[in-house]
Amino acid sequence: MTADTVLPQPFAALGLTGSEYDKIVATLGRRPTGAELALYSVMWSEHCSYKSSKVYLRQLAPTAVQSAALLAGIGHNAGVVDIGQGYAVTFKIESHNHPSYVEPHQGAATGVGGIVRDILAMGARPVAVMDALRFGPAAAADTARVLPGVVSGISFYGNCLGLPNIGGELDFDACYAGNPLVNALCVGVMRHGDLQVAAASGPGNQVILFGSTTGPDGVGGASVLASAAFGGSAALGEAAKRPSVQVGDPFMERLLVECCLELFAGGLVVGIQDLGAAGVACATTELAAAGTGGMRVRLDAVPLRDPSLGPPEILMSESQERMMAVVEPARVDEFLAVCAKWDVRAAVIGEVTDTGRLVMTWHGEVVVDIPPGSAADGPVYQRPVSRPAGQDALVADSASALPRPVDGPALRADLLALIGSPGLADKSWVTDQYDRYVRGDTVLAMPEDGGLVRVDEATGLGIALATDGNGRYAKLDPYLGTQLALSEAYRNVAATGARPLAVTNCLNFGSPEDPAVMWQFAEAVRGLADGCAALGVPVTGGNVSFYNQTGTVAVHPTPVIGVLGVHDDVRRRLSIGFAASSAGDTELVLLGRTEAEFGGSAWAHALHGHLGGRPPAPDLAAERRLAGLLAAAAAAGLLAAAHDLSDGGLAVALAESCLRGGTGCRVRLPGDPFTALFSESAARAVVAVRPGAFADFDALRAEHGVPGETIGRTGGGDLVVEDCFAIPLAELAAAHTAALPALFG
Amino acid sequence: MRIGVITFPGSLDDRDAARAVRLAGAEPVTLWHADRDLRRVDAVILPGGFSYGDYLRCGAIARFAPVMSELVPAARSGLPVLGICNGFQILCEAHLLPGALTRNAGLRFITRDLSLRVENATTAWTRAYSAGEQIVVPLKSGEGAYAADPGTLARLEEAGQIVIRYADSNPNGSAGAIAGVCNAEGNVVGLMPHPEHAVDALTGPSADGLRFFTSIVTRVLA
Repeated sequence: MTADTVLPQPFAALGLTGSEYDKIVATLGRRPTGAELALYSVMWSEHCSYKSSKVYLRQLAPTAVQSAALLAGIGHNAGVVDIGQGYAVTFKIESHNHPSYVEPHQGAATGVGGIVRDILAMGARPVAVMDALRFGPAAAADTARVLPGVVSGISFYGNCLGLPNIGGELDFDACYAGNPLVNALCVGVMRHGDLQVAAASGPGNQVILFGSTTGPDGVGGASVLASAAFGGSAALGEAAKRPSVQVGDPFMERLLVECCLELFAGGLVVGIQDLGAAGVACATTELAAAGTGGMRVRLDAVPLRDPSLGPPEILMSESQERMMAVVEPARVDEFLAVCAKWDVRAAVIGEVTDTGRLVMTWHGEVVVDIPPGSAADGPVYQRPVSRPAGQDALVADSASALPRPVDGPALRADLLALIGSPGLADKSWVTDQYDRYVRGDTVLAMPEDGGLVRVDEATGLGIALATDGNGRYAKLDPYLGTQLALSEAYRNVAATGARPLAVTNCLNFGSPEDPAVMWQFAEAVRGLADGCAALGVPVTGGNVSFYNQTGTVAVHPTPVIGVLGVHDDVRRRLSIGFAASSAGDTELVLLGRTEAEFGGSAWAHALHGHLGGRPPAPDLAAERRLAGLLAAAAAAGLLAAAHDLSDGGLAVALAESCLRGGTGCRVRLPGDPFTALFSESAARAVVAVRPGAFADFDALRAEHGVPGETIGRTGGGDLVVEDCFAIPLAELAAAHTAALPALFG
Repeated sequence: MRIGVITFPGSLDDRDAARAVRLAGAEPVTLWHADRDLRRVDAVILPGGFSYGDYLRCGAIARFAPVMSELVPAARSGLPVLGICNGFQILCEAHLLPGALTRNAGLRFITRDLSLRVENATTAWTRAYSAGEQIVVPLKSGEGAYAADPGTLARLEEAGQIVIRYADSNPNGSAGAIAGVCNAEGNVVGLMPHPEHAVDALTGPSADGLRFFTSIVTRVLA
């Protein structure tokens, strides 16, 4: 390696700044090779290094919240939570926003594949997925390109992989027009002793790359797509002509899942990591940095699907369906035999050393020789932060000035318009394309409040999951908006009858180089940290997606929060549906306090295109009490149904519950009917109490300190609000189900 | 009694089929695609999934799996065989059942709880139903549109080989709203909907599908 300091190196085209390049030179004490430059460029990308967010994310350390349920937290691929009976659960949500805009089908498909490998690498069997999707205006021409492609990609990959899709979100807003948000969540289950580590330990142990072959797809995906604003001039020369979106093979991933689980069961793995962003570069540096400290890799031993690839491209390739394992020399033959059984290609490409150096050769020539920690840790930036110039004006533009429906017919019309608006309309057009039945353990899936999966058939132990985010609330106040997203996901899990245990998050923001965006980010993380502390649920992992902006226009700050809960007996689950009961109609109780809160509401957005004012005030202590009540009432078998109140308030919740169960209801509203129907005050739910159980429920409610008021009964074929309006369910259903098919065919 | 469930690479609902067998009171036996061995089972289920990733054509590669060289002659000699979804596609590719499954009308994957009508309640796998009975079972497939030439369709109709039909709506453009068929002897049945996902109201839309599995248990025991 002779240094040539005269010729300039293409660091800028690889997404590195001048000072980052200087830091590489200083670390190595010489000019980096082409392969080293490629390796640092992807490892130090925003996507892989979290260089702009790291200083904030420390607040989310799992130890920030005392929880006995936590087995492993941030730093591993995903956090692990104890759910009892010897079971542990790991879950994580991750963005695949940029690839999904460039190539919606493959971008979304490989988003599912990537998060599933993350969960697999922990030692868990993936058991379910969810997707939180946000697009530009529903009627926009480009949405008709992006949405069907994203949905078909998730359908294609997740269905073929055999994972039930149990829920998620779908929303539309003009701010996502050039930057759709495609966030994929996966949850996996293991026994306590099954946890795997992502570390290359034990000198002499062999490094095995297995799964798909390595091709030119996705070269520089992390640095080019996900770490610069769209429309930028970042280019990779020759590589830029190739697709920077990866192509997925779910069949190979299916084999890889079964193969890995058999390898784990056989005790054949010392350490393992999935290959995602930054491919071989990331897996080798992180495994080495977390382990004994050194590794020797023969890049020419990497099985290729394109023989023309050289070391930089092999390092940067994001070809899917690959894993890297560290295996004791004596177990290598057994390891390879398991791979052969599953038709999974595997190759020994190197070994663990105690030299403290990551050394890679290419046909005998050393092309990389670096301290692995220098690449794995990356730079840390304290970006400038400043409250956006228009924030005060935005908050001052209150929704209270909007014209309100004045009488029964006007309220009725607003409700029909709201449940027919794209963000609140029936989502079957999307969810019918996903398999929710596979594995036979799905107890609740969309359109329920949360997904619920049975873990143990004998005991009924299960896990509940929900994801929520509201970019409008977060735009008005990122601190409160993030707490509202957390509150809603927490409440949705509780509404199934589960106890919320842990949190994952996917933080979707604009450019970190914009101080206004960085202010939103800082506020959001502070809100999440404070919120988790108040609710007593630790953050077990997450993902940051920056540069969701086109030109100078960023998406609404959109923290998407996933909450995991444990259900002691899924047979006692609560559905949102009002069902006809032979034992008589059930009484409906509205839980929580309703204030006039319309800032950022679905009503203001869908009926008036308005966004301004303050979002509803979160009340985390009240959320905690409400969740405690719902879990206790479900366990005692007192409830026939429960539905959280969020977008569109009580009106939309009642409509959804009537349609879900095919049974109407008759309610009499306290106070101003408009506020009662459409306000989005937090910490509320509507429950249907089983015939004969009202006294017990009312006592339990008082014991938990949750305000509640009987508003009516279920029954009949209409949604009736006394003195206001009646809507036959058929009319409600027509308004609810027509929107998406009309838009997307 | 022992009922085999074949696992091909990419099979997904093998676990669910085995659970349904257990709930029906029989013993599920795992059969591996690469073994030329049916392990002396009394009946075989080819489960749903994406064998070989649906590459080439659904079921087109699986029909050549080593286990099929044992299954095909056994089925022709009367062994009860049930193909669900991808298993149905494989049975058609293997010519154990007539016709073929093609892309859904509308070209999208469909997961939906559907009303089905049992047209033939005399087959090995539908004896526990009564003819004309309606049941609710989920459908989940992208290539579930049943197709056959007019002569074959007429012959199937005539011979009572149409076992299951979509009752209320035809979700995928199947000829004659056909959801499932059998061979002339009635021991081999294939259907696109998933009865193994309707064995318990907790995890399915109903428990209506369980009788596919109890049908075979009663038959073999009798």
